[in-house]
Amino acid sequence: MAMRGRGAVVGVGELKPTRETPGETTLSLMAKAGLAAIDDAGLSFSDIDGMVCHPIGGVSMLTPSTVSELMGLKLNFAEVVDLGGATGAGMIWRAVAAIEAGMCQAVVCITGSSRRPRTPRAGGAKTAGGWSMPDRSAFSEFEVPYGNVGANVGYAMIANRYLHEYGATPEQLAKVAVHQRDNANQNPDAIFYGQPITVDDVLSSPMIADPLHMLEIVMPAGGAAALVVVGPELAQKLPNRPAWLLGAGEQVTHKTITYAPSLTDTAIQASARRAFDQAGVNPAQIGLASVYDCYTITVLLTLEDSGFTPKGTGGRFIEEHDMRWNGDFPVNTHGGQLSFGQPGIAGGMSHVTEAVRQIQGRAGARQVPDLELAFVNGNGGILSEQVSLIFGTER
Amino acid sequence: MAAKTTSDPTVRPAPHPTDLTAAFWAATTEGRFLIQRCTRCNAAIFYPRVNCTECGSTELVDEDASGRGTVYTFTVARRPTHRAWAETGPYVIAIVELAEGPHVTTNIVECDPDDVRIGMPVEVCFAPEADGVALPLFRPTG
Ligand SMILES: [Zn+2]
Repeated sequence: MAMRGRGAVVGVGELKPTRETPGETTLSLMAKAGLAAIDDAGLSFSDIDGMVCHPIGGVSMLTPSTVSELMGLKLNFAEVVDLGGATGAGMIWRAVAAIEAGMCQAVVCITGSSRRPRTPRAGGAKTAGGWSMPDRSAFSEFEVPYGNVGANVGYAMIANRYLHEYGATPEQLAKVAVHQRDNANQNPDAIFYGQPITVDDVLSSPMIADPLHMLEIVMPAGGAAALVVVGPELAQKLPNRPAWLLGAGEQVTHKTITYAPSLTDTAIQASARRAFDQAGVNPAQIGLASVYDCYTITVLLTLEDSGFTPKGTGGRFIEEHDMRWNGDFPVNTHGGQLSFGQPGIAGGMSHVTEAVRQIQGRAGARQVPDLELAFVNGNGGILSEQVSLIFGTER
Repeated sequence: MAAKTTSDPTVRPAPHPTDLTAAFWAATTEGRFLIQRCTRCNAAIFYPRVNCTECGSTELVDEDASGRGTVYTFTVARRPTHRAWAETGPYVIAIVELAEGPHVTTNIVECDPDDVRIGMPVEVCFAPEADGVALPLFRPTG
């Protein structure tokens, strides 16, 4: 029960994702989201004495001090989390741990990414392995020469292995994208707001890397998101209903999927189990699954490995449940990154901001009725880094 | 006409060995695929490591792998993942399970991409690269 009730998220600041962010830098977007979260929490700037950020391209080191200097924060706790798509979730339990350890009282966790038009066919692969550096990931030698670059092909290989071992229909996987788009149509901040899709649309979209269709693949965007975390005493004095952190788990086993212990039994099993154990609740009690969705297969694997349905039954589970905000098993009510957009590390954070808003009862048209418990999973790399969180309305 | 180098965008990015991987890449030019064997727990290891990833022992010895395996999983890249493949059409990126156990990323060659299947037996072949290494690829076992 290590994490249960030791801290809560009390403030949310999130910018609407956009395809491009002219006139903005990653740092400027992060500052804006951070300030919005502090304001939303009902705190003043000087109350913040902890900050967690993530690596920023162009800031090779000393990242927390770069952000603190930019924003004018004076920090007792300055941290960088580098867990890819699990970074946002990983920030939250670290913030609670720092508060619990007496290091600080109010922590702002900030994510973001600017985005410029991409030059055609430039790709990131030429320097993807960083081969000019003396110390480098084995990725540059054993993956890049084969074109195993970017996430699409890695997740495609995971999906093909899953389909080989357990089976699921293309329609079952496509339903994830369709229901999340329905959710996005209740969220004006979603990048695909107002653009409903059907299963046929998904399956007739171009095949990018077998078996992944274009509409099963997340779209990059620019944006930023931040949350404010405080301890129990302060949480109860602030205007927003606290979203209590009840449990957390983390698991990291590999960088490149080739060397994962398994392609179909993921590290999510361990991270989710720890989160549920700490919270003292079970999956059947969860009213919202806000889980990383870079691809439709990621959602299927996460639902199985978090314990919502047994291994091998994910396809049928998706078919049998309504994953919309007003359905019997709400999933990614903000639209997921598939329909909300993926503003870099802030994409992973969007699953946390959505769970917090829903627990706080501030999700507007897409509010899940009578919600008491929400499950969040952050996933980095190619199923490389996992962080699971459970939030509740009661401490 | 000058030999193509990896700065040419149509050439796949070649591996650049480190001190840890130099022996592996040197062997590829002789048509050998090296794995490491742990002398304590007998685990087979790829790619070259400092210690056994199963038991932590640093007593690892190089061993010639059989070069045979099966397709563990794969995808057909319908869009190029790197500009070296911009004009090649669809190609297969796969994880091969070596007969000795380890998983290896590779391309499946000498085979129509639409004919590749999980479980298909494959064997290693080597493509010479400009930078003094040969790249292990896999093809269906004849
Ligand atoms: Zn060993």
